[in-house]
Amino acid sequence: MRDAAALPEMTPQRRGARVAIGQLIDRSFRYWSLLPAALLFAALTLYPLLNLLRMSVSTIAFANGAEVWTFTPLRNFEALTTDDVLRPAVVNTIVFVVVSVVIEMVLGVALAIAVAGLSRAKRWVRTVAILPILVPPVAIGSMWKLMYNYDFGIFNQALVALGAMPVNWLGSTSVALASVIAVDVWHWVPFVFLILFAAVEGIPPDLLEAAHVDGATRAQMLRFIVLPLLRPAIVVAFLFRAILAFKVFDEVFLLTAGGPGTSTELVNLHLYKVFFEQNRLGYGALLSLAVIAAIVAFLLVSSRVALAVRRNGHSG
Amino acid sequence: MMTGSGTTIRAGVPGRVYVALALFAIVGPFVWILTASFKHQIAIYAGQFPFTPTLSNYADVLFGRRSDFAGNIANSLVVAASSTALVLIVGALAAYSLHRFRWPTWVSAGFLAWTLVFHMVPVLTLLGPWYVAFRELGLYDTRAALIVTHVTINLPMTVWLLRTFFREIPPEILEAAHVDGCGPFDAFRRIALPIALPGLIAAGILAFVFSWNEFPIALTLTSRTTATVPVAIARFAQQYEIQHAQMAAASVISTIPAVILMFLGQRFIVSGLTLGAVK
Repeated sequence: MRDAAALPEMTPQRRGARVAIGQLIDRSFRYWSLLPAALLFAALTLYPLLNLLRMSVSTIAFANGAEVWTFTPLRNFEALTTDDVLRPAVVNTIVFVVVSVVIEMVLGVALAIAVAGLSRAKRWVRTVAILPILVPPVAIGSMWKLMYNYDFGIFNQALVALGAMPVNWLGSTSVALASVIAVDVWHWVPFVFLILFAAVEGIPPDLLEAAHVDGATRAQMLRFIVLPLLRPAIVVAFLFRAILAFKVFDEVFLLTAGGPGTSTELVNLHLYKVFFEQNRLGYGALLSLAVIAAIVAFLLVSSRVALAVRRNGHSG
Repeated sequence: MMTGSGTTIRAGVPGRVYVALALFAIVGPFVWILTASFKHQIAIYAGQFPFTPTLSNYADVLFGRRSDFAGNIANSLVVAASSTALVLIVGALAAYSLHRFRWPTWVSAGFLAWTLVFHMVPVLTLLGPWYVAFRELGLYDTRAALIVTHVTINLPMTVWLLRTFFREIPPEILEAAHVDGCGPFDAFRRIALPIALPGLIAAGILAFVFSWNEFPIALTLTSRTTATVPVAIARFAQQYEIQHAQMAAASVISTIPAVILMFLGQRFIVSGLTLGAVK
């Protein structure tokens, strides 16, 4: 309507056409507003998912640059049983997720409570904490690869200066996974901190004031007031961390690429290798479907648990 | 000693020490790589400190004849800027549509659940089919393939985040506009979008950073000419003779957007990363 009025030199016919188009856009807005997103998701998630199903029962070979698909429904399942790397990859992934997330939660919650108790510099800590989260994970990988370097990395320089033996941080089977977990902890404690810090700052001061007046000690206030009130935020942080930890790929790809041997092999790295180094698209598709199923199961279970915790939090 | 300012429990000495250590631990690695990027390779190997700073690593990375890094930066900028613009358009339309119009539950809840699941699933699982499909379409090794996939991976975050902003628009405003003869599209454009502007900025900042940082898709869908910055850094790290000094310089360059946005995007980061679950 406004467009027509703003263009007085138009002939009445053209003005009429403009109005008609405007009305068409308006009347169908409800449908075409959702359409681009729906199409994008259909083309880039739904269709690939169906393709995964088809690939998982096929063997795909490349001949003269063209793909040759053969229907071999059992072959990929057999490959599943003979895959020697899968087991260590699953075990390492579970160890990686559980250990790094637990450490991150403890350090992050403690940091949030400590920073909230500062009288100054809160904003500075918050700003600095954002940095590891926004920096390219690949840059974090290369940064720590330099620091872990056997010959000139900062850790071994420090050890040698103290008269100790240098450690092969990324090259020894017994230390490599711990080194990789340490990088993840460094990367994501700030994330837990930021979520929890907002929650700590949101605790009503009257509650603590009242407890103080009643003679509660600092430990009692933490145990009986602060931590219970933080429970919903802790659950949110924990769920997001657990899922993000499972998605880890970039840093480990740079730091160790799964080695030495299979000591830092993770499910995602294994998926990448099956698809793009071994070119086994069929078997890779089967593994992908298994991973997706595991994630969906985790989401279903954890959403139930999270709801239960939340309900408890309200009643208790 | 305990409540003082009244907001929360005052930090004691152990608390202050812990905060100081944490700050040192966060900042330390950045300082280390920053100094390494200004050292000659030989000074890195010798662990020299103090050292004579040099810009030669940056010069080699950016202008060296055997380095594609300037091209990588251009690719990253084009992909991040285009995918951010597109995801904001597509995401804002979808978020508004889901909020404003009475879609049947299976559409609205189904759409949101699907985006959530997709957001949680490692992108590695879809890379195989994407690789096959983009090869068939002749889009393998193009910026277009990267832009489209980056729009897709950032769409869940954008929709969920903008939803929380559209939800806060009082329905009376939109009703009043309707009564005054304002069509649905105009209401979206002139009323809803301006109100949701902070959300658009937040989602835009995050989408740009995530696209700039994204590694596995770029690794598998690009080759030399279309490679982005993270892929280039990974190549440095994988060479048989690692050029540590250049790798450090390239890594420092790659963190520039994050450093800028760290100051601009403070308030938005957490809500964006948690899909609006935490404000």
